Amino acid sequence: MFKWKTDEFSWVDFTIDVLRILIVLAVVIGAWNTLSSGRITLAQWVNLFAAGLSQGSIYALIALGYTLVYGILLMINFAHGEVFMAGAFSTVFLAEAFNRTGFLNEQPLLAILLMIMFAGLVSMTVAILLERVAYRPLRGSPRLVPLITAIGASFFLQYTFRGLYGSAFKAYPQVKILQGAISIGGINIPIVQIFVFCSALVLMFGLYWLVERTRVGKAMRAVSENKEVASLMGIDIDWVIMFTFGVGGFLAGSAGVINGVFRPQGVNFFMGFIPGIKAFTAAVLGGIGNIPGAMLGGLFLGVIEAIGPNLVLAGLGIPGANQLKDVIAFTMLVLVLIFRPQGILGERLSEKKA
Amino acid sequence: MKRLFLVLTVLTMTLGLGGTAIADSHCMDELGCVEVGPDDPIVIASILAMSGPASFYGADSLGGIELAILGRDGMLLGRDIELVEEDSYCAAEGGQAAAQRVAADESIVGVIGTTCSGAAQGAMPIISEAGMLMISSSNTSPSLTNDDADAGGTYYPGYFRTAHNDLFQGAMGAKFAVEVVQAGKVATIHDGDPYTEGLAVVMANEFAGLNGEVVFQGAVSKGDTDMSAILTEIAASGPDLVYLPVFTPESEFLVSQAANTPGLENVKMMTADGSFNADFAPNIGAAAVGVLMTGPHVSGDAYQEFLALWAEEQPGGTDTPPSGFHAHAYDGTNLLLDAVEAVAEEMDDGTLVIGRQAMRDAMAAVEDYEGLTGTLTCQEAPLFMGDCATGTALAVFELGEDQVNESAWPPPIVWDLSMAMGG
Repeated sequence: MFKWKTDEFSWVDFTIDVLRILIVLAVVIGAWNTLSSGRITLAQWVNLFAAGLSQGSIYALIALGYTLVYGILLMINFAHGEVFMAGAFSTVFLAEAFNRTGFLNEQPLLAILLMIMFAGLVSMTVAILLERVAYRPLRGSPRLVPLITAIGASFFLQYTFRGLYGSAFKAYPQVKILQGAISIGGINIPIVQIFVFCSALVLMFGLYWLVERTRVGKAMRAVSENKEVASLMGIDIDWVIMFTFGVGGFLAGSAGVINGVFRPQGVNFFMGFIPGIKAFTAAVLGGIGNIPGAMLGGLFLGVIEAIGPNLVLAGLGIPGANQLKDVIAFTMLVLVLIFRPQGILGERLSEKKA
Repeated sequence: MKRLFLVLTVLTMTLGLGGTAIADSHCMDELGCVEVGPDDPIVIASILAMSGPASFYGADSLGGIELAILGRDGMLLGRDIELVEEDSYCAAEGGQAAAQRVAADESIVGVIGTTCSGAAQGAMPIISEAGMLMISSSNTSPSLTNDDADAGGTYYPGYFRTAHNDLFQGAMGAKFAVEVVQAGKVATIHDGDPYTEGLAVVMANEFAGLNGEVVFQGAVSKGDTDMSAILTEIAASGPDLVYLPVFTPESEFLVSQAANTPGLENVKMMTADGSFNADFAPNIGAAAVGVLMTGPHVSGDAYQEFLALWAEEQPGGTDTPPSGFHAHAYDGTNLLLDAVEAVAEEMDDGTLVIGRQAMRDAMAAVEDYEGLTGTLTCQEAPLFMGDCATGTALAVFELGEDQVNESAWPPPIVWDLSMAMGG
């Protein structure tokens, strides 16, 4: 077949370079137009950024589940969004009960902690069952097989939970102590966003400590490095994999409660789908398999989504810019796959995993 | 090979003979007839959103259909009523696939559906071609009853609806905004669905026609939870009223986040019937107080009896209807069953013959029918082909503390058509 083989010139490189220049131009022109029009004030930009950061920390918590499983099994658990839904949807009933009895507003932090534990346990159970029933029997089969199974499992979980709790939208009750805003330098930041960001940080730090500082974390790293050798060292591979799913599930469940505190409405059986694919995007952005990468990718995606439409798209005169928020998110995914397939923090990835 | 050929030939001949036998029957109807044997049930179908995020609308309408059938003890003309359920998934492709399955079943006399206007656009060409009729309890997109294809109309003969056309609802919202709220500037938000987009456009046009200024027309996507970006942009455009005829939960996110968006704290919000359900206010909390809603004004003793029956029978496993279109589905099903009753002719051998064109004519002739959703008259005017709801059963509601804390439903009416006429 016809092929360009000159060293000096390749159409692929040329196209990618042109694309690069066009994207940079679009971003610069869009941002310049928006900023020079002064339509949005500095305080509003800061608010958008803070909201994006909170949304991003929820993406990050879910993304960690993708990245942990990928790191250890090299498979993408597309049912992970449903693991998030399982915790969030189940806990809404506990939250309602806490609210009715007044416990939620008397001891808000304790109540939220209990909710997080409960949601974490539910999601952990679902994730472990998922691994045990759907993925373990397929370990060793071609990589496409568990991927398709994951999609099937995702539908199975959605409709199981619809059967359990019905199809109506539920909402988390509001926590009074988290209402209102704190003024920082004349800019009002909602307390709930600070709470979301901080609790996500605590959880992420907990995970980092677990993976880097404990024996079981060492085992996880060993299995992720090389399963056969780890097994020869006396590590129970099946147990470590199950544990990894459990940890990912716990984080997703806690993300469900934190999401419920941050964006109380919209709790139903389908709520895991979009956060699931967004978190997957975040994991790829950061470099899938890389734990700090998933955290960074989530935060980055949240902020880009919040600021991008108003900054770039509106400035380019695109109508209905906010409806294109998802376009920005997935364009980022495509761009990362074109220009930096290993993700933002993906340098340390070996050939085998990439 | 030869034997296969023989079998096929015999099969074809049998089928051919069978076909002639049907054609020989008593049917004089130009679209053909449904023949129901003496021991056979009368079959109706539902094409509703039974899976996916819009499935609670489907469950809501299905409950209305089931209670209407139950209201007749499951019997019509001495026969059982059988309901065939199809899923349209709130999408054109889903509507099309469901309609194909329904059209292939010649025993079906009529359809209640679809849930979403988009699904109806996929389903109607097929349903209409099959000579059937379809009555929707929740399609409100104006295009579905507009027979002028050049103006974006997608009307097909055989389409009827008990849901109100959005031309009424959008106009009512605009009139209220100008005359009562005294808003000079409005921002509209839709979510890309033909229903919400149509309603936002109708409202904006009517508002502009009343000398108002439309300062922002934007959209969110279904599944969005973070509305801060669009709300910031709306705040920057400085409206007096934000019109957001989108579905739950997006409308819930918009209203609750608007309360925390600088510049929008005291701006009036108005939603439409896509958010018209008892969960809306408690799901949002305090920020829902003062939110305006346009929607069906379903009330009266008959409706209270209906709700009591719902609580007793719990169709779909819920105590209360999950959304606001169950009464429309109940009325639609009753209209369909009444039409069967009026049209069916019993032959000497006990077979019922139901003419398909006669069914459509019977529906089109419905006048001053007293349903749960008000007085229904099926029209044949341009723009309103098959519209049975006249818009008289619409009202503007305002949410208060009782809706947030006690889930009291429906909310108090602040404006209805009689006030609109008077004002």
